[in-house]
Amino acid sequence: MDESKQRRGEPFGERLARHGLALTRERTTALQVNVGLACDLSCGHCHLEAGPARGEMMSRAVMAEVIGCARRFRFDSIDLTGGAPELVPDLPYLVRGLAPETRRLIVRTNLVSLEGERGEELLQLYRELKVVLVASLPAGNQAQTEAQRGAGVWQKSIRALQRLNELGYGLPGSPLELDLVSNPSGAFLPAPQLQAQEKFQRDLARKHGVSFHNLYTFANVPLGRFRRFLERSGNLDDYLEKLTAGFNPCAVAGLMCRSQLSVDWCGRLYDCDFHLAQGLFLGGAARFIADLDELPAPGTPIAAADHCYACTVGSGFT
Amino acid sequence: METYYDPRDLGSFAEIGKDAPELAGKFFDYYNEVFAEGELTEREKALIALAVAHTVQCPYCIDAYTRACLEKGSHLGEMTEALHVVTAIRGGASLVHGVQMRKIAEKLSL
Repeated sequence: MDESKQRRGEPFGERLARHGLALTRERTTALQVNVGLACDLSCGHCHLEAGPARGEMMSRAVMAEVIGCARRFRFDSIDLTGGAPELVPDLPYLVRGLAPETRRLIVRTNLVSLEGERGEELLQLYRELKVVLVASLPAGNQAQTEAQRGAGVWQKSIRALQRLNELGYGLPGSPLELDLVSNPSGAFLPAPQLQAQEKFQRDLARKHGVSFHNLYTFANVPLGRFRRFLERSGNLDDYLEKLTAGFNPCAVAGLMCRSQLSVDWCGRLYDCDFHLAQGLFLGGAARFIADLDELPAPGTPIAAADHCYACTVGSGFT
Repeated sequence: METYYDPRDLGSFAEIGKDAPELAGKFFDYYNEVFAEGELTEREKALIALAVAHTVQCPYCIDAYTRACLEKGSHLGEMTEALHVVTAIRGGASLVHGVQMRKIAEKLSL
């Protein structure tokens, strides 16, 4: 049996050890805030299984604790994610509270949630505070976008991007940063980032007059709804093998979990949003952001889990 | 049911080098060099490979280059258009020989 077959199914921690690597924290410079799992979409790749039926949402009290934490530690960047952050009623309170406390406040958006009066109010707020927007768009075409995100999403997404451009977001040289994130619409790995960015920029400009700044391509993590798709479609073994076979030891150094804290809607702390999905708490036990009096020291171990292979395949998930 | 083609065989392609390693080495080196970024992008080369795979009707190649095209950032619209290019050329190659047919028929006919 060849070596690659013997290593199939090798736990991530053992793979790291075999390469003489350890997953440990560096200086913590980023805070990711998951404000809840309510979403107006039910995307097929969602590791958190967010959707319209999910009621988890960050309360104003927890938001105040998050803002307090940001004030204490002055993170270089703070990244709000979900679910769809736009669906959280007190989001403007959180955004206004965090914007003065960091150089780079990011809100992740599914674009669809920016529709309507509420969306327009949020857009004006984002523009006023120069919030960086990171929008999900898996592909530059309707069929693959809607295969992942649902019928009718493509036109709404394009309209939202066009509106963002009208407001100055994503234009060349504009300080209003608009980036896109593309997760593959199936059981295959993402395209190399730079080549994909050039193609997205060309296609969206030519067909829809849309511009944006950067494209990030990420592998789908075999958790939640995406894992169920893999199981249902008979792709699970091949996909896991693809992730493990593509392990890139050089990607470990740049993993986002090494420099960020992740906090959920209840204020509980994790190393990343994927560990959050699995209930793998920072340091192995539930701790709350309100009680965080110092950041984890460089060298502190990070729990290694098999879903980490999705972040170390190819050029990695940084 | 047993068949001549097994998708898992694709992963064993390198075994073809067991009894002729030098030739296989040269082939695989050349193969990898061909598909590296050059004047054409890796994505464009994968699309060409997908089209040729359908022309030679190789199921291994169709499997490999369908995945490769998706992973290089092509979408199904582009991949399907590439197959229509194949179809146009294959069909056109038949049809253009009709010129010969016509010339021969004209020579034979009153």
